[in-house]
Amino acid sequence: MAVDYAALKKGGFMRQKQKDHFSLRLQVVGGTLTAENLAKIAEVAEKYGEGYVHLTSRQGVEIPFIKLQDIDSVKAELADGGCRPGVCGPRVRTVTACQGNTVCPSGNIDCQDIAKKLDQRYFGRELPHKFKFGVTGCQNNCLKAEENDVGIKGALNVKWRQEDCIGCGVCEQACRSRAITLEDGKVTVDYAKCNYCGRCAKSCPTDAWDAESAYILSFGGTFGNRICKGESPLPLITSEEQLFAVTDAAIRFFGENANSGERFKFTIDRVGKEKFHEVLKAAYDGVENPA
Amino acid sequence: MAEFQVDGSVDITDVVCPVTFVKAKVALEELEDGQILSIHLNGGEPVQNVPRSIKEEGHQVLKLINREDGTFDLIVRKVE
Repeated sequence: MAVDYAALKKGGFMRQKQKDHFSLRLQVVGGTLTAENLAKIAEVAEKYGEGYVHLTSRQGVEIPFIKLQDIDSVKAELADGGCRPGVCGPRVRTVTACQGNTVCPSGNIDCQDIAKKLDQRYFGRELPHKFKFGVTGCQNNCLKAEENDVGIKGALNVKWRQEDCIGCGVCEQACRSRAITLEDGKVTVDYAKCNYCGRCAKSCPTDAWDAESAYILSFGGTFGNRICKGESPLPLITSEEQLFAVTDAAIRFFGENANSGERFKFTIDRVGKEKFHEVLKAAYDGVENPA
Repeated sequence: MAEFQVDGSVDITDVVCPVTFVKAKVALEELEDGQILSIHLNGGEPVQNVPRSIKEEGHQVLKLINREDGTFDLIVRKVE
């Protein structure tokens, strides 16, 4: 029987140099695995692999040296521990994320929640080429948002509230963009300079800021054979609904316009940045895709 | 500093992050609840980070005074 390598690859089984051996990629969302997952992974690696796992560059786990004849039992045993195979090839890949604002003091958004929602919405979707999402909680960018086809960076949409301000001057110094001035007890924010990092609101002793979670999106990052940083043409995205309207538009643009084997960045360049930005802007503004 | 009756002071301009915060924290530990500490700190990283760390520890930042020489005095009320 001929082995369908494409189907195996789609199901997360990466062909190794060694004949009839596969490195099994698991589905991991936002770099999070439960203790139950880990125990099962360890068990499978001992029983069917060579007793070790490899951590991928995008928060994935691979179990190398799985034999062709064991693939079905490996899948079944992993499923018992809540683990599923991942994907490779031309489709939506592992969604990466940092721990976000539920754990990290610097976090501006719930990255794990956003990663799960992206995963539910898009994971494994067939496309002309691989497509990567990454979610990072703040400007520190631990998750390197701009190296993904679509990068999501947490922001805080900040607005000073005079009635709670004691004029201490901490925010003026906490701001790394020098966007804040305090004069006669009044704080002014130069939003042309503000990068929405949220350090003003987080450092404020009296929480005299309205600070809502928001998102900065980048598009067209790739960090393989060719290296390009994703670009952020849109203003601040201020709701989850708006976020997914924009990611829907971006992935649809890629699906409809990309040539087979072409990364998002090169589709955008070939079709035209202006045209792509129009599509994004329409989704951002809540307008139906002009088609 | 006339507007604040300071109970203690600490100079953290001679150390770098994260020791800046540790030194400030130790100084705060020597005070009683409600007493006021003046922390002398450098501009740049220390002034960007120390006030926030103090806040996250639950103390009350009252004022940041710019000494206009690249250093600041951070006035903090200890909260137990």
